[in-house]
Amino acid sequence: MYQIYLFVALLVVGYGFGQLAERRHLKSLIEREKVANALPAIASRFPATDRAYDQQLVSGSVVIASDYFKTFVSGLINLFGGRVTPFESLIDRARREALLRMKADAQRRGAGYVFNVKYETSRIGAGRVPAMEVLAYGTALVPGTAGRDLPGEAVHASADADAAVPVSG
Amino acid sequence: MLLSNLEVLPEQTIVRHLGLVQGSSVRSKHVGRDLGAMFKNLVGGELKGYTELLQDSREEATERLIAQASSLGADAVLNVRYSTSSIASGAAEIFVYGTAVTLAPR
Repeated sequence: MYQIYLFVALLVVGYGFGQLAERRHLKSLIEREKVANALPAIASRFPATDRAYDQQLVSGSVVIASDYFKTFVSGLINLFGGRVTPFESLIDRARREALLRMKADAQRRGAGYVFNVKYETSRIGAGRVPAMEVLAYGTALVPGTAGRDLPGEAVHASADADAAVPVSG
Repeated sequence: MLLSNLEVLPEQTIVRHLGLVQGSSVRSKHVGRDLGAMFKNLVGGELKGYTELLQDSREEATERLIAQASSLGADAVLNVRYSTSSIASGAAEIFVYGTAVTLAPR
């Protein structure tokens, strides 16, 4: 009987704190993404090479853990198969966080663009404890010599709408 | 040492490819951090200790990559990639690799 109480208590604690943390995190992600959109992150491997800029490797990473409730529900879903939505939202948050940290790293170096952005996801943690690490990395293009431009037009022409935001700084 | 995961450079050409260079680092965390992580697994959220651990590990692997590249006399390492694998419970390997090249102004 005692074990059932403990299990229910853990589920409630996991659900309560987990949902609270998720809601808070999503809110802060949306706020920070609005700002970070000024610095386009592009998956293309080939920036224009006719202008001067410095290249620097930038990265951002986050290790995120599932809560007790998510772990339990995903175990249930595993029985029947189908979309494991609790983990979908978890990994989505981790990716967005990692990208934001990468952009923060790029901004510190005064970059105008981040090219060839790659994500890496790996499961870490011991045994049954689900924790994921997401790493986002790419090459920051930092304007080199004063008066020279970044490969602006070339980028805008080929990149999607996200990159069409004017670059500040 | 210039590190980049692109394959082209502005106003510079690649003179010579020196081949693949790499760096790796295997790390595990101490018991205290593991306990903290177990608690975090109840309520969810970021495991800051692990984030820092992997960050440090990645920096170390990158330093080894740079050391190998400079011993070859390289100017830059291009097309750098990271890879992470959990090789035992509680230990992760960070692996960085790329192509070492020498450069000349165009």
